[in-house]
Parts: sequence; structure tokens; C-alpha cells
Amino acid sequence: MNLLPFYLIVSAFMFFTGVIGVMTRRNAIIVFMSIELMLNSANLTFVAFSSFLGNVSGQVFVFFVMAVAAAEAAVGLAIIISIYRNKMTANIDEINILKW
Amino acid sequence: MRNLIYLSVVFPLIGFLVNGLLGRKFKSEKVVGIIGSGAVGAAFLVVLAAFVETLRMPEEGRALIVTLFQWVKAGNLDVSIAYQIDQLSLVMGLVVTGVGFLIHIYSIGYMHGDKGFWRFFTYLNLFIFAMMNLVLADNFLLMFLGWEGVGLCSYLLIGFWYDRKFEKSTTSDAAKKAFVVNRIGDFGFLIGMFLIYLNFGSLNFTTVFAKAGVGNIPESTFTLIALCLFIGAAGKSAQIPLFVWLPDAMAGPTPVSALIHAATMVTAGVYLVARCSIIYASAPMALTVVAVIGLATAFFAATVGLVQTDIKKVLAYSTVSQLGYMFLAMGMGAFSAGIFHVVTHAFFKALLFLGAGSVIHGMHDEQDIRKYGNLKKYMPKTAKTFLIAAIAISGIPPFAGFFSKDEILWEAFSVGGFGFWIFGVITALFTAFYMFRLYFLTFEGKERFDSHHVHPHESPAVMTIPLMILAFLSIVGGFLGMPAIFVGEEGNLFGRWLAPIFKSAETKIFTGAEHSHLMEILLMAISVAGAALAIYFAKFVYLHKPEIAEKVSAKLKPIYTTLLNKYYVDEIYDAVVVNPIRLVSESFLWKITDVKLIDGLLNKSAALVDYLSGYIRKIQTGAVQFYAIIMMTGILAALFWIIKSL
Amino acid sequence: MENHYILSVLLGIPLLGAFFILALPRHNASLIRWVGLFFSVTTFIVSLILLSKFDKLNALFQFRDEFEWISTLKIYYSVGIDGISLPLLLLTTFLTPITMFSSWSSIQKRVKEFTFFMLLLEVGMIGVFVSLDMFLFYVFWEFMLIPMYFIIGIWGGEQRIYASIKFFIYTMAGSLLMLVAIIWVGNYAGTQSAGFTTLLSQYYILGPSIPIEIQKWMFLAFTVSFAIKVPLFPFHTWLPDAHTQAPTAGSVILAGVLLKMGTYGMIRFSIPIFPQSAQYFAPWISALAVIGIIYGALVAMVQKDMKKLVAYSSVAHLGFVVIGIFSFTPEGMQGAVLQMVNHGLSTGALFLLVGVLYERTHTREISEYGGIAKITPVFATIFLIVCLSSIGVPGLNGFIGEFLILLGAFRSSVLNNQAFAIVAASGVIFAAVYLLWMYQRVVLGPVKNDKLLSLSDMNTKELISVGLLLIFIVWIGVYPATFLSWSDAAVNNFVLKTTRQITGF
Repeated sequence: MNLLPFYLIVSAFMFFTGVIGVMTRRNAIIVFMSIELMLNSANLTFVAFSSFLGNVSGQVFVFFVMAVAAAEAAVGLAIIISIYRNKMTANIDEINILKW
Repeated sequence: MRNLIYLSVVFPLIGFLVNGLLGRKFKSEKVVGIIGSGAVGAAFLVVLAAFVETLRMPEEGRALIVTLFQWVKAGNLDVSIAYQIDQLSLVMGLVVTGVGFLIHIYSIGYMHGDKGFWRFFTYLNLFIFAMMNLVLADNFLLMFLGWEGVGLCSYLLIGFWYDRKFEKSTTSDAAKKAFVVNRIGDFGFLIGMFLIYLNFGSLNFTTVFAKAGVGNIPESTFTLIALCLFIGAAGKSAQIPLFVWLPDAMAGPTPVSALIHAATMVTAGVYLVARCSIIYASAPMALTVVAVIGLATAFFAATVGLVQTDIKKVLAYSTVSQLGYMFLAMGMGAFSAGIFHVVTHAFFKALLFLGAGSVIHGMHDEQDIRKYGNLKKYMPKTAKTFLIAAIAISGIPPFAGFFSKDEILWEAFSVGGFGFWIFGVITALFTAFYMFRLYFLTFEGKERFDSHHVHPHESPAVMTIPLMILAFLSIVGGFLGMPAIFVGEEGNLFGRWLAPIFKSAETKIFTGAEHSHLMEILLMAISVAGAALAIYFAKFVYLHKPEIAEKVSAKLKPIYTTLLNKYYVDEIYDAVVVNPIRLVSESFLWKITDVKLIDGLLNKSAALVDYLSGYIRKIQTGAVQFYAIIMMTGILAALFWIIKSL
Repeated sequence: MENHYILSVLLGIPLLGAFFILALPRHNASLIRWVGLFFSVTTFIVSLILLSKFDKLNALFQFRDEFEWISTLKIYYSVGIDGISLPLLLLTTFLTPITMFSSWSSIQKRVKEFTFFMLLLEVGMIGVFVSLDMFLFYVFWEFMLIPMYFIIGIWGGEQRIYASIKFFIYTMAGSLLMLVAIIWVGNYAGTQSAGFTTLLSQYYILGPSIPIEIQKWMFLAFTVSFAIKVPLFPFHTWLPDAHTQAPTAGSVILAGVLLKMGTYGMIRFSIPIFPQSAQYFAPWISALAVIGIIYGALVAMVQKDMKKLVAYSSVAHLGFVVIGIFSFTPEGMQGAVLQMVNHGLSTGALFLLVGVLYERTHTREISEYGGIAKITPVFATIFLIVCLSSIGVPGLNGFIGEFLILLGAFRSSVLNNQAFAIVAASGVIFAAVYLLWMYQRVVLGPVKNDKLLSLSDMNTKELISVGLLLIFIVWIGVYPATFLSWSDAAVNNFVLKTTRQITGF
């Protein structure tokens, strides 16, 4: 039985959840978590296809993505902390200093 | 010595460098003066030695070219720093260094105590250097170097007292005017050189004149070249319409006026025409232009000279007038007569200026002749030498001016006809009149200055000795070129000496109708009698009945003021040329074309971008999620488009 | 060819120096200055070695070095010089140390960055003059803008930001046109035989075979970008602003070297790649140049700011160079090459001298000065000599160049109209007017105000930097053969080749 569609559906669902989260939530941390969710949905797709096609390179990419995500998390959280220190808020609506 | 002729250029250059670099440190006027005069004296000896040597040689082999090094080479152009010895350049060289040397000596006395003493001698030496390049050059380009070089020195020396006022403006204004007007002339010279190069393929005198003599070049080309060069000559020699700078040039120290603006530099234009005699001889039209302009200038300047009250101004207009005579001679094809007048004029005009300098020196910088009078009593040597010069310029035999001027008048009559002659004679009468007006007002009559405050004194020997030497030359100089009717063709030493130079040119020119000796003597008598009468008249008016002069000037007020204001030429030039150019440049070219139009267009296009982006940048809200939504929409649209096209 | 590394060494020294400067401690300004001077002087010495090994009789490129840089596009690192680029290269390596030396006291803030940018600028300038690959040339051409942008923008006058942006965008806009043309010709090369390439030697072969209609556009694209740099009327308005606002060192380099890149580009690229179009447009370009000569002179005449006056005079002077180039005669071309050097020396010296005054009084307004001859005689003398050289008085450098150019233009068969030379020659009158008038108002006359009384005359440092320029100003005027002989073979070859291509023989 081919389970691939299910994996893909789950992945798409995760991705969509992530997108909604990024677009609607106000707290920077939660936006950040949503982004991680999107990354992981991509990972899931990679793994699913990898097993479906019998090709390892998909899994290799997953490791790449995890490594990048980890680095990103570190940098991103550092930025959020520093912004919080400056503005005493993690609400991204209030952080619009890059306005025109 | 002939091979070392370049030393006569090098010595002044050394003098210039030594005085220029170290002059300020010498602290002693004597050292500076000796270096400066010595350099010119040495140059004079070099030229003299070359002259004597040349004199002993047979006539055919007298020309010599000494090449130092290649100067400019590009394409077919190949010009060297090379000096040429021939009869003409030696004559000019002798005048330049000889008179130059005397004036240097004189300057030691005249400039005594001036802060810029060393600077003055530096400039003078530079001038002699440039002038020697001009007269000795064997090609047009090197001549042009000298040509512009003397203009530069003229600029430096006119503006020598750079912080003084001069008439309505400043000395530096006068200096700038001289340079710019000269540059207008140089522009003509430059174009002339281009035409010569285009048609003859060279700028070397020997090549160009040899090709010009062959005559496969159309007359119109010759005319064009001759006229272009004449623009240059008119600029340098202060002819109509470019004479305006010379009267203003009197802002410089008087020895400068004597050396540059009377004896040497201003005759460079005459020299140029004489040097290119073969080109002018091939262009009769141009010769006519030269003659007419020369005569017009002579006459015009003489009328202005009648009423001027500044001693140097009178002499300045007299110089312009005499230069006009020289060009008249050139235009008549009487090249050697013109050069002869250059030489005699150098003697007596330098003498006049130096005499005037001596007067100004003695009168504590007073230049108004109405405030002189009876100076004969206080400065007898100056008065005597001045009188000699005045007689010489008036054309009274046997002084130098008589022979040279008479030769020109005779040529004017025989080649140009009665019209040329009569204007020439009238000019001569005017000349005699205003020179003696000057003499009588200055040296004779009653003192018109405040003798309690002003104590005129005779100048020191260092100044009067050059005066005496020049006076001697003004007396005897004329015998070099006695008219043929008195001594025969062989007797005119000057003409015989220069004859080889102008031989090829003179064969091309109409030499004038045959006239009897009687006619020549008659004309001579008329002009001499006229001059004598003018002198007597001047004596009568200014010595015995001064009120006549006032009455006449009151009666002829409009003419008088026009003359006094030099026909308003300066004002007209200002109104027609100078001010419009300045105005157009400032208000139209700069403030409108440049700032408003070109730059405005640019800034407007920048402003347009700025304006449009003012709207577009509103998209940049700074809200991250808004960006995310746009991105998402974009991706969806892209996806949709891709899927649809599958 | 045993010396093919020497040009790369020449490029490498200032580059190395620039990064070496970055490693030095910021607070030790004099150390930074000395190190900067050391590297630029070393560059100059290497360029002298280059000169000693240069073969004057060889018209082809020498010291060639070539290897593939971006192999898929056949872009090469290809360098070499001939008699036309040699004088400009030497001018660059000569002027850079002088400007660095002259800004010893005038630049006080951010010395480290300044020295860094000056050395980078030198790399860019040398690169432009030695590149024999279009892409490489383009890289250097654009690269050089960046340090200049910062030099004007950081160390400039009150309106430095406006001036630097204007300078940058103006030049950038032009060079984009050139980039398009480079790519087009490269592609065209691809369609012909060897595939996409930017090698100049290939362009020389291919260019003339481009159909004339397209060739004209290509020529214009190149030439407009060069014309902006020259600057040719009416593309000149960036110049007065950039010159006025730039610090002295910037003005000197800008006038001395950067403007020459435009005219150099015309000689090296526009004309030989597209000879037929060059011939077609020669009268038009010369007309613009003539307008520039008169216009620049007239506008310079009425300026109230000394630097602006000199800037507009550059427009006039470079107009002469352009006419010389487009006369297609050996005289005109020789004159143009020499005049580029002359203008670098004279105008460079003029800017240095204005800088000397500015440093003491902090004003460039002509009306603020007057009568300083009495207070600063040495300055007055040197200023006069430099003005005269710029006016083109024989015996000094300016005359030789202008004379040859006008002579070439006068007998040019391509321009075929002597009016160009005649009108251009009238520019010599105006040159005398504006420079002498400025000189008169600044230096002569009675002392204008008491502030000037405390003016000090030139110090040793200033004397050295201007004096070095003066040596060459006189040298070129008296014995130009030294310099003319470098470019003689290359220029003759150039004229011969282009005329042959134009006439089709």
C-alpha cells in the first residue's frame, strides 16, 4: 500500500498551519515556532519521498535542513531577545522600525 | 662666434634664473643689477661679434642656422630649437640687446630703492631672452615661443607695481588687457601657422620661404596666410583695431615702456611681416591692407597724441603712430625702409621714454605735463637729450628720424600715390607739433609746479649716460641709410646690407612709377619745411601765447574731448565686446544653460524618481506579517500559473 | 616576454597596501600616512622600472599577461600597455603619492579610511589603464567609482553628499550603456565563431565587421559613457559639483586621472573597435568638444568659486583632447595624449594651490581674496607659473599639447572642416581671460582684507608636492621629445590602422 499521499497530506497540513501561524500570530516567538513547523513539514516531505523513491539523498537534505534550522533558531532567538531588551516587547506589530 | 649665437639667448636666461631664484637673497641692488645688465651686455657682445664676423664674409654665405635640439616632433611636424643668423636677425638682435643693455643700466638708477628691484631685473632678462628667441628663431614655432614670451613679460612688467592704481582702474587691469589683446593677435598668428603648415608642410623659415618663392600656390592662400599673420602683428605692434592695450601699458615702470613698449617688443609685428616678406609679396591684397591699416593707425594715433596731458601717454600714442609708419612701409613693399625705421625709432623713442622717466624720477612721480615747466634749468642733460630725440622724431635733417621717415614717405608717394603721401606728411606734422608741445611744456617756459614742495633734480649718471649714448645714436643713426639720391644705391649701407633678404620679395612687387630726382627732393623739402613750421607753431602756442591753446580747445570742444578720450575706443570695446560676453556668460550660459537647463533637467529627473518612489515606498509598512502575506500571495499566484501551464 | 608579471605587481602593491592599512591601529595616524605613502611610492618606483624596460619602438602591447578568469564566458585577465597608456599609467602612479603627501595636514579625520580608499583608487585607476579585456576593464572602471564616492562623500565640503551621489549616478548611468554594448559585442562574437568573449583583441577584429547600423549604436553606447567621464558638453554638470566638494586630494585625482579615462577609453575602445562609426560621428563629437571649449571657458570666466572655475576650465581643456583624438592625425593624437598628461599636471597643481589657500582661510570665494602677492610671494609666483601653463604659454607644457591638437584638427581629413580648429583656437584667448582674471583678483591689487595679512606662505611640504609637478610642467614645455617619443610608435600605428579601416584598404 502506498502511504505517500498520507505523508504528503500531513506535511501540507503542517505547512499550512505554519503559514497561518506566521501570518496571524503577534508574538515573535510563536511566529518563529511556526516557521520551524514549516521547515519540519518540508523535512517530512523529503523523508517521505526518500523512502518512496529509495533514494537517500532526500534524507541527507533533511540533515542539512535540521542543521540550518538549529543555526537559525539560535540566531533568531538571539535577535528576538535583543529586540525584547530594547523595546520591552516581543510583539512584531510594534517592531516596524524598517518602515519607509 | 657665429656658431655660438645661441649664447646671446642663453646669457639672459642665466640672468633670469640667477636673479629669479636667488635675487631675493642677494640683498644688494648692485649684485642684482650687475647680473641683470651683465647678462644682456654679454648677449650684446655675442651678437656684435657675430655681426662683425658676418660683415667680413662674402654676401652669399652669410646665412647660418645653429640647431640646438629637436623640440617638437609629431607626425610630419619636426621643429627644432634652432637659431638663424642672417642680415635681418642680426640687425634686430643688435637693436634688442644693445638698446636693451642701455635700458638695463638706466634701470639700475631708475628702480633704485624699489622693493621689487630683483624681480624687475628678473623680468627684464626674461624679456630679452624671449625677444632674442623671437628675432633669432629659424622657424615659426620658436618665433611664436618668443612672441608669446615677450607678451608674457609685457604682462608681468606692466603689472609690476601690482597694487597700484592706474587711471580709473589698476595696473593689473592694464596688464591683463595687454595680455588678452595680444592673445587675440596670437590667435591670428596661430591660424597663420596652421595654414603655413597645411600648405608648405613645414614651419621652418628656409623650407617655407623657398616653397613660397616657387609659386605653385594660389594667391588666395598667400593672402589668407598674410592676413592671419598680420592679425598677430597688429596685436603685438598695436595697430588698429588691437592698439588699445599700448596706451594702458604705460602703467608699467618707465624703463619698461622704453624697452618693451617702444624700442623692441612692439616692433616684433614689423619684424614678422619683414621676415615673411616673400609671403606678403605674393599677396598684393594683403599688402594693401597692411598699408592702409598702418597709415590709418599712424594718423589716428597722432591726432590723439595732440591733446594728451600725461607725458607717457603722449609718447605711447606717438609710438603707435610711428609703428603705423613702419607698417605703411611694409605695405608699400619697402621692407628695408621699414626695418630702418624700426632701428632709428628704437634709438629716439627709447631716448624719449628714458628722458620722460628721468623727468618723472626728478619730479617725484608726477606725470602731468601741465604741472611741469622750465625743467631745463634743473635737469639740463635730460633736457638736451630729450630735445635731440624730439628733433629726430620730427624728421629734421640730419637726425636719424629724418632719413628713415623720409624714405617711407617717398615710397608711399611712388608706390601708393599722392593720397598715402599726404596723410603721411600730415601725420608727420602732427608728430612734430605734439613732440614739441611736450618739449616746451616740460622743459621751457615758467615753472608750473609748487617749487616749495617739489624740488626737481637731475638724475644720476647711471641714468644720464645711457641717455647720452642714445642721443648720439639718434643723431648719427640715420647716416647708415642715406637716400640713394644723395649717395647712390651703394651709399645706402643699411639697404645694401638687408638687400639679400628682401631680394626675392622685391622682385615680385610693383616698385612704383619712375619719378625724377627733383620730385623726390621737392617732397623732402615740403615735409621738412612742414615739420619745422609745426615746431615753430608749437613754440608759439605753448611758449608765447598759451591762451591760444585754451581758446582753440574751448572752441572745438567736441573734437577736443573726443580726442582726449581717445575716440572712446575703450568704451566702445567695453560696451560692444567685453560686457556682452561677460553678461551672456554669467546670466545666460552659466545661470540658465548650465544651472537651470542641463543641471535642472538632471535634478528634475532625479526628483521624478523621488516623487514616484514616494508612492511606491508606502508598501514598505515595516510590518513583517504584511510582507509575509504579499510573499504568500505571490507564491500562490506563481504556483497557480505554473500548474495552469502544465 | 620575461616581464609579464610586472603589471600584475603594479596592481598588487597598492592593493596589498590597502589591506595592510586596515590592519594598522586607527589612532596612529602618522604611521598610517607613512605606510600609505610608502606603498604608493613603491608603486611609482615599479612603474619607473616598467618605463625603463618599455620598448618605445614597439607599437604593440607590451608586458602582456593573460589567463582565463571566468572560463565559461571566455573572460580573461588580460593586461598590457602600449605607448598610449604608458604616459597615463605613469601619471597615475606619480600623482597618487603626491596627493597623499599633500593631504598630510588637510585630512585629519578618519585617516585610516582615507589612506585605504586612496590606495584602492590607485588599484582601480591602474587597472583601467592596463586592462586588455572588456570585462576586466569594466570591473576596474566601476570599481574605481567606489573609493572616489567615499572620498568625496566623507571628506568633502558642505554639499558633499549631493555631489558624490551625482558623481556616482551620472557615471554609473553612462557605464551601464557601455556594459550593454560590451555584452552585445561579446554575443556577436559568439555568433561569429569562437563563442562569447570579451577579449579586446577579439573585439578589434570583430568590431569593424559589425553592420554599420548596429555599430553606430554600439559606438554611441561606448562613447556616451566615456563622454560623461571626460566630460563632454552637455554631460559635464557633475564635474563642477564633484570638484568643488571633493577634498583637495580628490580634486587632484579627479582632474588628474579620472577625466583622462574618458578620453583614454575613446582612444582604446570607441575608435578602434568601431572605426567606421567613429568616422561618421567625428564631426558631431568634435562639434560638442568645440562647444565645450568655448562654453567651458566662458562659464569659467564668471565663476565666483576658485575650484568651480578650475573645474569648468577642465571642460574646456578636455575638449581640446577630444578634438585631437577625433582628428585622426598623428599630430592631433600625439597632442591629445600629451595634453592628457599636461592637464593632469597643470590642473592637478592648480587644485593643490587652491587647496593651499583653502586650508589657510577656509574659503574658495574669489572675492574673499586680493593682493596676496605681497603676503605670500612664493605662492604668487608658483600660482602664476601654473596658470600660465594652463593658459598654454609656450615654454610650458600646455602649449605643446594644444598646438599639436589644433594643428592636427586643422589638417584633419576626417573632420574636413577647418572651422573646428579655428573656433577651438579662439579658446586660447578665453583661457587667458579667465585664468588671468582670477589671478588678478586673488593675487594682485591691494590687500583686500586684514584677515589675509596673517596668511603664511607655502611650507616645505606644499612646496615639495607642487614643485614635483612644476618640474614636469617645465620639462614637457622645453623638451617634450622625452614624452612624445613614448607614444610615437603606438600613435602612428593607431592612426595608420584606423585610417586603413575607415577607407577600407
